[in-house]
Amino acid sequence: MKNARLVQNIRLGIKTLWLHRLRSGLTILGVVFGVASVIAMLAVGEGASKEAIEEIRKLGSRNIILESMKPIDQASAGSENQRISVYGLLYDDDSRLRETIPTVVRTAPTRQLNKTARIGDQAMDLRVVGTTGAWFDLVQRRLIAGRVIDENDVRQARPVCVLTEHGARRLLATANSIGETIRIENQVLEVIGIVATEASGGGIQTPDQPTDAYIPITTTRDRFGEMIIEMNSGSRVMELVELHQIVIEVVDESRVEATADAVEAMLRRFHDQEDYKMSVPLALLKQAEDTKRRFNIVLGAIAGISLLVGGIGIMNIMLASVTERTREIGVRRAIGAKRSQIIYQFLVETTVLSLTGGLLGIAVGVALPTIITHFAGMATVVTVWSLVLSVGISLGIGLVFGIYPAMRAARLDPITALRHE
Amino acid sequence: MSQANMNAPPTSDITPSREVIIELRDLQKIYTMGDNRVHALAGISATFRRGEFWAIMGSSGSGKSTMLNLLGCLDRPTEGSYELEGKNVSQLSDDSLSEIRLRRIGFIFQSFNLIAQMTVQENIELPLFYQGWDPEKSQARSAELAQRVGLGERLTHRPTELSGGQQQRVAVARALANDPAILLADEPTGNLDSATGDQIMELLGDLHRSGVTIIMVTHEDEIANHASHQMHMRDGLIDRIEG
Repeated sequence: MKNARLVQNIRLGIKTLWLHRLRSGLTILGVVFGVASVIAMLAVGEGASKEAIEEIRKLGSRNIILESMKPIDQASAGSENQRISVYGLLYDDDSRLRETIPTVVRTAPTRQLNKTARIGDQAMDLRVVGTTGAWFDLVQRRLIAGRVIDENDVRQARPVCVLTEHGARRLLATANSIGETIRIENQVLEVIGIVATEASGGGIQTPDQPTDAYIPITTTRDRFGEMIIEMNSGSRVMELVELHQIVIEVVDESRVEATADAVEAMLRRFHDQEDYKMSVPLALLKQAEDTKRRFNIVLGAIAGISLLVGGIGIMNIMLASVTERTREIGVRRAIGAKRSQIIYQFLVETTVLSLTGGLLGIAVGVALPTIITHFAGMATVVTVWSLVLSVGISLGIGLVFGIYPAMRAARLDPITALRHE
Repeated sequence: MSQANMNAPPTSDITPSREVIIELRDLQKIYTMGDNRVHALAGISATFRRGEFWAIMGSSGSGKSTMLNLLGCLDRPTEGSYELEGKNVSQLSDDSLSEIRLRRIGFIFQSFNLIAQMTVQENIELPLFYQGWDPEKSQARSAELAQRVGLGERLTHRPTELSGGQQQRVAVARALANDPAILLADEPTGNLDSATGDQIMELLGDLHRSGVTIIMVTHEDEIANHASHQMHMRDGLIDRIEG
């Protein structure tokens, strides 16, 4: 019985709205855009932050990354063109970290040198990364063929190298050429493995580029020396950097923060200058999540305003409708409709408006991010909760902005309403 | 007009033993406009009995509209009492008055007042809708009522597709839907030409003969003559009663 009455009220509401199709349509449009913008904006926000979070996660949430950095005062001393800059992380730092901080499970030190590799007539600039086997675990490089550097390679400083898929394809014209040799400067290196090429992470530099050659860190030292000499706009820049990067693995996510503090304290004790930089992916992750939350609030607020405008549109139309239908309200009251029934009738109408707008808005709101992704190349993620939220909001808006016109309709004195022209 | 449905025996209206349906005692309605107190009704005492057909007459400002509003439970008197079927309804709440209008009163208006977006059938069903009738039963009842006022073929039409006379017939059917204790008619022929008006008066006459209690407000003598009783009002008081 109650249901039948609701159905009847809805049917009547639709009929009444259909009488003023253009007006109802425009009103609905206001809600459509409001809801669509809520969904689309949240999808864009979600997509952007998901990308960032994914990239940070790739760096490893249990990792702490240390990088050597040229101190500012040395960087500006470029006029004395023959000076040697000595800075950065030390082999000793690496062993101290492992030995003195109990929450450090293992470390992966790296040295990075820009070299040219040759095979036959082929030449290619690549970055030689000297490291240990742990590195491949810590930054999660997927092995495609062969094997990665192991303890023996490092201990014996073997002339071996691991290429990235991309590098191997360009240099060897194949993605699977284990056992080939390449020449870097005058050193001959045997290719022992190939790892997948990964795009480098957003904020932080991993020693990971499309064209890397990973070799044992000891080999780097033996074959290419400690000094890095670079020609820089006419002047020679010489640098002495032992390690470019140390990736530290912490025993547990919950210990990352404390470990980072300990690492920082230790480095400060042994370095007189700020010649290193520490990044904590976990902290960045938290920051990214925090940023995402703020982002969502801002976008949500903007979208909320457009929904509000849609709601005001509904209220406007319903007020006009109440005035126009004063006589009808009078008749209904004379026939015996209670005030609450008049309120109910008008609320059903606004709900039909807002819900129709909400559902159409979902359709547009889901389509829009797809278009954005297609044309702007931005990642977008339409979450279920944003759909639920926007339908809820549009329903709520119908009720909130419908209640005043409905109450105004119900408050009309039936005698006056019947006399209304 | 289908005579089959009008088969109640013709009755003599003067029979004094008829059941009292409305009892008014010193009914007053006072409007305050600034410092002025206007006695729209200055003290009406009257008795209406079941099956009677009353015409309330008077010039504009005589209080006949106020009287109809009070009788129709659309308004509350300032003073005095109004008993409808033995129940004092003079100071009931808005919801209780709505309930009485819904169950016991039928209205016919000068300008028909059908709801434009609803079909003839839906208009007739409106009181039943508010009473919470089962849709099937209510459809059967509305079809029967449409038949009774001679519009059985027009159920799915919109009011705008009907002539004035037909619209007023729909309004009569709607007013009868709740099987009211009294049928209140406010200038029911005021918006109709005289031929159509006569047809509506005939319809009301038929209803009267079938036992429906009717109270009608009019200012036309000719229309009032269809009624069994005439009440003439002047300055918020009963001037005289005929019949």
